[in-house]
Amino acid sequence: MPAAKKQGQQTLVFSNPPVITASGTVVGTKEAAGPLGKTFDRVVDDPYHGEKSWERAERRFLEDAVQIALKKANLSSREIDFFLAGDLENQTEASALAARDLGIPYLGLYGACATIYEGIALGAVLIDGGFAERVVVAVSSHCCTAEKQFRYPTEQGVQRSLTQSWTVTGAGAVILAAQGSGPVVTHATIGKAIDMGQADPNNFGAAMAPAACDTIVRHLLDTGRGATDYDLVVTGDLGLIGRDLAEGLLQDHGFDLAERFTDCGVLIYDPQQQDTHAGGSGCACSAVVTGGYLLQQIQAGKLKRILGVGTGALLNADSPKQGETIPGIGHAVVIERR
Amino acid sequence: MRVDFTKPAGIQHKQYRNFVDRISPKPNVLVNVVWAFLVGGSIAAIGQALLTLFLMLGLPILEAGAMVAVVLIFIAAFLTGLGVFDDIARYAGAGAFVPITGFANAMVAQAMEARTEGLVLGVGARLFTIAGPVLVFGIVVAWLTGLIYFLFR
Repeated sequence: MPAAKKQGQQTLVFSNPPVITASGTVVGTKEAAGPLGKTFDRVVDDPYHGEKSWERAERRFLEDAVQIALKKANLSSREIDFFLAGDLENQTEASALAARDLGIPYLGLYGACATIYEGIALGAVLIDGGFAERVVVAVSSHCCTAEKQFRYPTEQGVQRSLTQSWTVTGAGAVILAAQGSGPVVTHATIGKAIDMGQADPNNFGAAMAPAACDTIVRHLLDTGRGATDYDLVVTGDLGLIGRDLAEGLLQDHGFDLAERFTDCGVLIYDPQQQDTHAGGSGCACSAVVTGGYLLQQIQAGKLKRILGVGTGALLNADSPKQGETIPGIGHAVVIERR
Repeated sequence: MRVDFTKPAGIQHKQYRNFVDRISPKPNVLVNVVWAFLVGGSIAAIGQALLTLFLMLGLPILEAGAMVAVVLIFIAAFLTGLGVFDDIARYAGAGAFVPITGFANAMVAQAMEARTEGLVLGVGARLFTIAGPVLVFGIVVAWLTGLIYFLFR
């Protein structure tokens, strides 16, 4: 017997769609200088955020995003049932340390840069299932901790590949609630880890595009919807190359999204002015664009219904050295104006 | 590209790889080579000027050569500390990395990065993460060259 709230192979349908009552976004100066600079709640000029290390700074970013969201929703941390969070540091330490300070029951997540969408999907499940009244989902990334984790020291003199993306420094948090006003989460499509044999850790867009495409196609087939049912289909951090690849893959499947298709990593920076090469990436990329610009567009009535697809490259620092190819993941969530 | 599960994965991977290659931008090799030549050449010219200077000041040739290396390493380390070296290397590429300046940069950058993990387990343990392979294979090649010289002189 199929599960009561599941439609098709991978799509969850929420019978009491959880409400996104508030969001909080914090970014660094590079993001603030980008085309979406005015849409963020807070800009922190100091990459160290007044702390001794980048790791501590990232944790502060994450806490700030959560506090801003709580303040906007006029809630205290005691009124939150669960804290779902993830980041790109070893063993998602930024989230764990933020969870320690927040004191909310904590579920640590890792979906690479797709974590915010994974979190929104799981948070919605907790609420729709009646296990929680309010959930905070938050993620962070920091360009310096990510470079340190996955690539070279920041002061190392290397030429960045043209296919490489720039990790967003910042954090985003959203509050999901059973009741309240705001856009609602109606569906979630959980993606498969898809690997098309890409092994270049400097081209995440190429590794993730097939997974994003697979999830979008699966979502449309599961729900019986077409591309025109959405005002915007927005992927997490495919970047310029990944977006073009995903667009091509979707066309091959017979879905021409054309102007309705974009990517948070493409939106967040100006590649000509900011020398970001392929665009933005990192957990915070999709989180601050979704929590900022996209939710604002929905609240302003400019977008009625969007399909957000968080995308992640599931590698660690050693797996490419060991000859592993890079699996990609895409988790989709439908956010609708109500 | 439609993923067709009736076909072997290898064929699809190859098709997708071709697609990726077609879409991905290619670096401008000519511009990179010119930059590398100009910056690498400038570093070499500065080294030569320093060598001439030290020789004029009366240092023997071996000591003068060592002093050149010391000065270049200091400059590269200093620029790394100021956060300037990576901006130069962004354009210069191998022009900045291949001379001894690159070696200095690799160690100082790593040291700065590892500082938060302490002097022993951070800086001490990770100082050679990037520079280490250069040393290892440099020594191996020197050893092989020495062996060949010993056998065939």
